[in-house]
Amino acid sequence: MPDNGSTQAKAATANGLAAAQETRRQRIRLLIRAAGMLPVLLLLCAGFHYLSDGRFFTGQNLGIVLQQAAVNTVLAAGMTFVILTGGIDLSVGSILAASAMAGLTMSKLPELGALWLPAAVLTGLGFGVVNGALIALLRLPPFIVTLGSLTAVRGLARLLGADTTVFNPSIPYAFIGNGSLTLVPGVASIPWLSVIALLVILASWLVLRRTVLGVHIYAVGGNESAARLAGIKVWAVLIFVYGVSGLLAGLGGAMQAARLYAANGLQLGQSYELDAITAVILGGTSFVGGIGSIWGTLVGALIIAVLSNGLILTGVSDIWQYVIKGLVIIGAVALDRYRLQGSART
Amino acid sequence: MNDPILEMRGVSKSFFGIKALRAVDLTVYPGEIHALMGENGAGKSTLMKILSGAYRPDPGGEIRIEGKPVRIEGPLGGRAAGISIIYQELSLAPNLSVAENIYLGREISRSGLLARGTMRQGVGPILERLGADFQPSTLVAHLSMGQRQLVEIARALHARSKILIMDEPTTALSAGESERLFMLIRQLRAEGLAIIYISHRMDEVYALGDRVTVLRDGRLVGSLDKPEIRADTIVRLMVGRDVSSFYKKDHDPEAGRGHPVLGAIDMSDGLRVKGCSLTVHAGEVVGLAGLIGAGRTELAHLIIGAAAKTSGRLELEGQPIDIRTPGEALEAGIAYLTEDRKALGLFLDMSCLDNINLAVLGRDAKLGWFLDGDKARERADRAFAGLSIRAANAGVPAGGLSGGNQQKVLLSRLLAIAPKILILDEPTRGVDVGAKSEIYSIIDNLAKAGTAILVISSDLPEIIGICDRVIVMRSGHIAGEVNRTETAPLNQEDIMALATGMEHLDA
Repeated sequence: MPDNGSTQAKAATANGLAAAQETRRQRIRLLIRAAGMLPVLLLLCAGFHYLSDGRFFTGQNLGIVLQQAAVNTVLAAGMTFVILTGGIDLSVGSILAASAMAGLTMSKLPELGALWLPAAVLTGLGFGVVNGALIALLRLPPFIVTLGSLTAVRGLARLLGADTTVFNPSIPYAFIGNGSLTLVPGVASIPWLSVIALLVILASWLVLRRTVLGVHIYAVGGNESAARLAGIKVWAVLIFVYGVSGLLAGLGGAMQAARLYAANGLQLGQSYELDAITAVILGGTSFVGGIGSIWGTLVGALIIAVLSNGLILTGVSDIWQYVIKGLVIIGAVALDRYRLQGSART
Repeated sequence: MNDPILEMRGVSKSFFGIKALRAVDLTVYPGEIHALMGENGAGKSTLMKILSGAYRPDPGGEIRIEGKPVRIEGPLGGRAAGISIIYQELSLAPNLSVAENIYLGREISRSGLLARGTMRQGVGPILERLGADFQPSTLVAHLSMGQRQLVEIARALHARSKILIMDEPTTALSAGESERLFMLIRQLRAEGLAIIYISHRMDEVYALGDRVTVLRDGRLVGSLDKPEIRADTIVRLMVGRDVSSFYKKDHDPEAGRGHPVLGAIDMSDGLRVKGCSLTVHAGEVVGLAGLIGAGRTELAHLIIGAAAKTSGRLELEGQPIDIRTPGEALEAGIAYLTEDRKALGLFLDMSCLDNINLAVLGRDAKLGWFLDGDKARERADRAFAGLSIRAANAGVPAGGLSGGNQQKVLLSRLLAIAPKILILDEPTRGVDVGAKSEIYSIIDNLAKAGTAILVISSDLPEIIGICDRVIVMRSGHIAGEVNRTETAPLNQEDIMALATGMEHLDA
């Protein structure tokens, strides 16, 4: 190595203090960036609490919000993997429906009923891997592939139940849909759906930030050609992210099925992909890939749930809810862009 | 001789304080083919872009056309002044017809509707005059490269241009097509057009040029009339500068030259690389020289499996090895530093730490999957100290660093795998002088430690300064090798002669 290495090291120690300060400033900047939309979320909560005469921050209402956010959080977690690679998955709503149908159908089989949960999740994984294979191996654009499977898988979902609603009032593990995990008996409990969503977020964080695969996902999204030259198996990364998105859509389908004891291939999960994408974008993940965090996605999903819940609490009509939700989404992202201006590309 | 059609007097152009063109005087007469030559980066394209209106020259100079001073502004400015340019990459819309392309931007319409018939009739005579074997209504997508060039020329004639600039027009043409193009160029000269012909190829300049002007480092260093056009004169004009002393070469090429590390035999990609073979030994620095487009980068991509080869095989330390992806190359110990670090090398949004560790994450991982943060930080710290990377800390995004530091980060990633052979593609492009000499010393130290190094560079003084021997490519072939001898060091004239192909002409 260069012989000026030791002198350089000395210079580095001399600059140690300045560097430490710079590091601290960097950390604060990163923190602000990571916090992202959190202030918006807190502001929304406080605003709704005030406007609804204190009905927002009650144990019961918060439970409802968390439960409503759960399925979208799970879908949005999968979507985060995909969008981090610069892709998009439009088919999650349809995959959710097909997985729920597959699960419910399975649950009615006398011997195999208990296996309905893995059946639903694996159905989702299967569709996701097919998406990923088409995108990675045939080099088709993600938008087109998943737009196609949005329609095709919806058709399969209807086929699975012969285009009817499938009921199973005695579905095994129904507690995950409607039960709660008691934290302090009689005082605090948390819906199982929310527990699952939280575990999904934690697992996603672990994969994205603590594994080699996670770095590879960010690398593929940041610069696909460079990733290929750096020896990363880009195809494998792509199949993995679409597989995860499908798997989590399958899990979302199972959560819905357990909650409703029923599924309808035509109606279930309609336009869920839009809410999932919105949550990811609200969370500050870049649409071109390479930048973003799973915590941002969690905040994004909560913003959507709080918005829906708060608007109902304050008695805003259904029609205006649409308008306001849309405007808040645009405004929030505009604010985010403004805040990040000049810091880095988004 | 008659009056000049184009006179440039003291035309300069600087970009952010760097002089790309210094007070160039150029005179072109009607009815002449004026060849413009120079090394890569000598200022040919800048000059051309000023004439086309893409760049505005620095104040102070003057451009006269037919004796009248003109200001050429905007992309249509050149055409308005009677200058047409045919670029290396043709600028036709393949989805439109020949006639539509020729009329592009000046379409004829009648009461708002496109008058296709009139346009077709308008281009008919010109195509006939050029001896074109296709119709005005033919889609450009269906034409060969040679035919497309005809369309470009037809477009220039149709615009009544008096000056035609051609930038390496034969790069994409077959031998037959080139021959036909030369005949056409001579015909246009006879019709009184002035043609500025930019080429690296000596044989073309011999065949066509009435005069040759040579640029070097943004200066016009000489103009030769037909009888004076000689290969050795031109090369001396093109090269003529001293090798400065900031290259570092401490490793001993004689003592250091060990066993062959990389052997590439008969590599072809069926397009840009044609049957190339080379060998690099442990502890030596081999230069791979050649003009832009000679196929050097493409050959490197074949070696590391980034492109598919149609023929050829590799040997690593004497053993045959099959490499199909860049990942396999890295695993085998073949590292490649890309010439385009922003597009193909770095992850600008990712931290230096991640960028440096990327190739060895899997090897370092705990339980095969989980990142080992301590190892990664250690490695990054070592790289920062060893290569003198200047950044606040290893956590900052690589995109915020200067070019030289970015290059060192990328180099650290490759060094992390402890490569047996390191292929460096333009290692000092876009790097400041200080970092340049640091990179040279890194290369020197690696060679001392026994790494085999292949350096692709368009910077001849650099090649001569740091390499032990130089392999030269021309049009996809290995044109030859330049060695130092007991008495004489490597010299630029020999390399240039091989790169442009004039060693045949002088022989």
